[in-house]
Amino acid sequence: MRVAGKGLVDRNRPVGFHFDGTSHSGFHGDTLASALLANDVRLMGRSFKYHRPRGVLTAGSEEPNALVNVRGTPNVRATVQELYDGLAAQSQNRWPTLRYDVMSVNDLAAPFLGAGFYYKTFMWPRRFWETLYEPLIRRAAGLGKLARQPDESRYEKAFAFCDVLVIGAGPAGLMAALSAAQAGATVILADEDYLLGGRLNAETHEIDGKPAAVWAADLVAELAGMDNVRLMARTTITGAYDGGTFSALERVGQHLAAPGADLPLECFWRIVARGSVLAAGAIERPLAFPNNDRPGIMVASAVRSYLNRYGVASGKSVAVFGNNDDAHRTARDLHAAGVTVAALIDSRTDIDISAAPYPAYTGGRVVGTGGRLGLSEIRLHYLNGEKVVYADCLAMSGGWNPTVHLSCHLGGRPVWRPDIAAFVPAAGSVPGMVAAGAANGSFSTQACLAEGLRAAGEVLQAIGLTAPDIVAPRAEDAAYGLEPLWQIAGKGRAWLDFQNDVTVKDVKLAAQENFASVELMKRYTTQGMAPDQGKSSNVAALAVLADATGRGIPETGTTTFRPPFIPTSIAAIGAGGRGMGFAPQRFMTSHRATLERAAPMIEAGLWYRPSYFPKPGEASWREACDREVGLVRRKVGVADVSTLGKIDLQGPDAARFLDLVYTNTFSTLKPGRVRYGLMLREDGHVLDDGTTARLGEQHFLMTTTTAAAGLVMRHLEFVHQALCPDLDLRFISVTEQWAQFAVAGPLARDLLNTLLDQPIDPAAFPFMGCGPVSVMGVAGRLFRISFSGEHAYEVAVPARYGEALFRDLCARAEVMDGGPYGMEALNVLRIEKGFVTHAEIHGRISAFDIGMAGLVAAKDCIGKAAAARPGMIGPEREQLVGLKPAAPSVSIAAGAHLFTFGTAATRENDQGYLTSVCWSPTLSSHLALGFLQNGRARHGETVRLVDHLRGVDTPCIICDPVFLDIKGERARG
Amino acid sequence: MVSLIPRSPLAGRPPLLIGDCGLAENALGSVTSLAPFAGKEAALSKTLKSGHGAGFPEPNRWLAGPSARLVWSGRAQAFLIGAAPEPGLAKCAALTDQTDAWAGLRLSGAAAEAVLARLIPLDLRLAAFAVGHAARSQLQHVMVLILRTDAAEFELLVMRSFAQTAWHELEEAMKSVAARG
Repeated sequence: MRVAGKGLVDRNRPVGFHFDGTSHSGFHGDTLASALLANDVRLMGRSFKYHRPRGVLTAGSEEPNALVNVRGTPNVRATVQELYDGLAAQSQNRWPTLRYDVMSVNDLAAPFLGAGFYYKTFMWPRRFWETLYEPLIRRAAGLGKLARQPDESRYEKAFAFCDVLVIGAGPAGLMAALSAAQAGATVILADEDYLLGGRLNAETHEIDGKPAAVWAADLVAELAGMDNVRLMARTTITGAYDGGTFSALERVGQHLAAPGADLPLECFWRIVARGSVLAAGAIERPLAFPNNDRPGIMVASAVRSYLNRYGVASGKSVAVFGNNDDAHRTARDLHAAGVTVAALIDSRTDIDISAAPYPAYTGGRVVGTGGRLGLSEIRLHYLNGEKVVYADCLAMSGGWNPTVHLSCHLGGRPVWRPDIAAFVPAAGSVPGMVAAGAANGSFSTQACLAEGLRAAGEVLQAIGLTAPDIVAPRAEDAAYGLEPLWQIAGKGRAWLDFQNDVTVKDVKLAAQENFASVELMKRYTTQGMAPDQGKSSNVAALAVLADATGRGIPETGTTTFRPPFIPTSIAAIGAGGRGMGFAPQRFMTSHRATLERAAPMIEAGLWYRPSYFPKPGEASWREACDREVGLVRRKVGVADVSTLGKIDLQGPDAARFLDLVYTNTFSTLKPGRVRYGLMLREDGHVLDDGTTARLGEQHFLMTTTTAAAGLVMRHLEFVHQALCPDLDLRFISVTEQWAQFAVAGPLARDLLNTLLDQPIDPAAFPFMGCGPVSVMGVAGRLFRISFSGEHAYEVAVPARYGEALFRDLCARAEVMDGGPYGMEALNVLRIEKGFVTHAEIHGRISAFDIGMAGLVAAKDCIGKAAAARPGMIGPEREQLVGLKPAAPSVSIAAGAHLFTFGTAATRENDQGYLTSVCWSPTLSSHLALGFLQNGRARHGETVRLVDHLRGVDTPCIICDPVFLDIKGERARG
Repeated sequence: MVSLIPRSPLAGRPPLLIGDCGLAENALGSVTSLAPFAGKEAALSKTLKSGHGAGFPEPNRWLAGPSARLVWSGRAQAFLIGAAPEPGLAKCAALTDQTDAWAGLRLSGAAAEAVLARLIPLDLRLAAFAVGHAARSQLQHVMVLILRTDAAEFELLVMRSFAQTAWHELEEAMKSVAARG
């Protein structure tokens, strides 16, 4: 219910919204939680395990109970979600409705459902776990449900840099930001609230004679006017990382009624700061008394927030229960606003609150509560007796926990301070970070203001700036007066972790069953493992554990705080990866012309390459592929091979360098000639293969496979920089400079001569020759190399001419009854010739295995020594072979395994496997390349091929991997 | 005789103007990589100064001569952009033609920095990345060579085959930034 004259919401701007289909009205400036409370909706969710009715507990991002689904996003905290017109929120974890939830029967079974219940009960029979128990349990338990659809909303990632990052814009953070800004530092001031000011917006304090919220707004306006200050509202710093880097999550569009298609819902920031001030405030602790989880029971500061900031009374009759002076503010503020204070219950005995204008009880304990879907009464024990108090809201305060989380993200452990019974950040736990204010355990406004200045001064000094002379303004400096109170005995369960339904009894059970370490207790009870990471429960839970194990709290220690500080959507972390944003696309110069020919594209690494070029009347890719193979074998085919890596090497020592990285010798290669080369990794296995042309005495052009272009470049850089920096050569990728096309087939030279300005002849361009050519007036390069086994060339022109040359080559080829061919045909052509690709040289293969031991020259090379190790050579190796099914039409596939007849097709009897398979229209048979133990000695043998995946079991004949033109006469002709 | 028609990497992409940011293809002209051979660094710089009016740039910097620019592009490597290399350069350095290997983009406007902050993990604020600075980095997943050419203008060089993706990434970031108003 609204309280007249209170709050910072704009009462002139009503906002309509829906909760579980019911229409309500709030005001601009409300959160969903405050608007629901204003509409007297206290029941907002059901608990995780027992499906207990739950209402809002807090007014901040630590909220464990009030989780709703908004726009398909589950587990949205109603305390964070700003109200917008038309907002439609649904409650979670209930069926059929929030008020009548069938699964609340779990609560009746609570005596059996304590910590460890599942582990103990569903151990046996083992196979039932995955199929029966787990699905059942998962259906009954849990928080929100995912939409099970890809998130098509827009998110973004961004980077920011500053001298000083101030985390939290409460009194400490504001003063720190002011000081740093006046010192000339570039400042980012981030706060998770949309309204900067922290608790100043939720209290009735005055600063310098002004209402605290006004003072904060004035200072924020001053900061906003400074060029070197960046205010980041709605931005939660979620993690601290090495090098002064922080992650942050900004809510960008989630609070808007119509964010529009281009506005991201969230932005995931990486902020790099030279220094930082941790002014993240503190989180109030609930008290663990029996049945402390009914809707209407809230932390005391939240009741003040709703009253002072949102103008909402959380109940008609409010009781306050605390163990410290701060809780009294709640009773005072409520009373001053005209809300009935039913009782002020203070657990301390040494205070005098008899003058309070409402019933006050010292030495008091709430020992029970009543009310089915919301609080209606509390039972209390106090110094002078027992009493039942009728109240629909109970404001509780067990003291405050400084928000130490970020200070622990680099492995630091917080320090226990007995005077406030809480952990504070350890100094220096995050380099460059200084804690201030409530985050540092200083709770009065005056102390926060002063500490903000002090912390900024320390940070500024560390980065070489001088803090300005600022005096903290006057503010309240009240004592805190806390007397620890961790658990209250009584009949009924007392909740610690509201979000994961963990009670005092569960923690004691953990201790009893010897899960006495805090980390084990956490895992046994699941305390702190819900999305809120136990923000409201950690310290209380470990205090109960400390008590149960007879140790002190500091000895018990905390569990590990890990990023992110708040639940963070994967969509934000992975922003930019939606749809085609997942990976960049690399297009060849022939891309448009290829698409115009309706060629389906396949991805080769990041490249898009044509699979085949369909013709009218062709029913399948196989028909197109067979035709394309035929036109290369009989006429002439054209293929874009620009994706192959091209590395230009120059320098006096270039030839020596190539001798080192290739197994074979390149220093003997003559200018104008090309040589096939094999490259090993340092461990002796094949890294890559390709051809290298000698363009001049000190000038080479290496080609790599498409897949290994980057890998080879990295390898060359490593070898040059780390192994032979004395060699004088320079190299650089020229892959993108040249568009290069294979022209292959008996008519290849005839085709080329129609467009070369100087026709070529076999003398000028013998097999494995190369040289400059003029292609219709454009300076290009020609290489007589062949990956098809045919008389073939590769012609290269600067990439700007690539599209035009491709179109022209295709048109000219078609006049000769040839045409373009795609990757499928290219693959068939090379399998027929037994040429390897990375399907064969897959990383576990040596030169010996592929029959290229002869290419390892007498000179030294990278990988040579390792390739000579025992086990790298010999009959036990699986060696490259060709295979044909005994019945040529039997369909076989790569991945099938080879066995000898008479043995079972099991792993122990495995003799080898297939790496590449095709249908050869040239030889009218399926052909395969594969590896077989001692394969080269077994040509002619029949082995058993078993493809377990596809259910094929067929005999195959082993043969030479070169199926066609073993002597290579076609390519040389 | 027929001739081959050249096509630029981003041909057919009209310039974009979204909010306070503009994007256009930037014709680079001739691009040549220069990598000095051992002991030839000083000679290279001298030849460059006499031939092109600017020496070999320091790491992460670019220099402007009267008709060409020299842009640091990696370890012991720079690009000569805008003019064909003086013949004498080949005596001191490995030269390769990179004219067709790179797509040039120009991003300008008051929001250019904010747009790049979505894509490039470098501190590109004017104080840290001034006019005359150059860096190799990543633009989302695409490798990029970035130059600051004015307080509110950057030039980006990406490998030719990545040009469409780079354009797309920039366009999306421009939309996101503009939508914030």
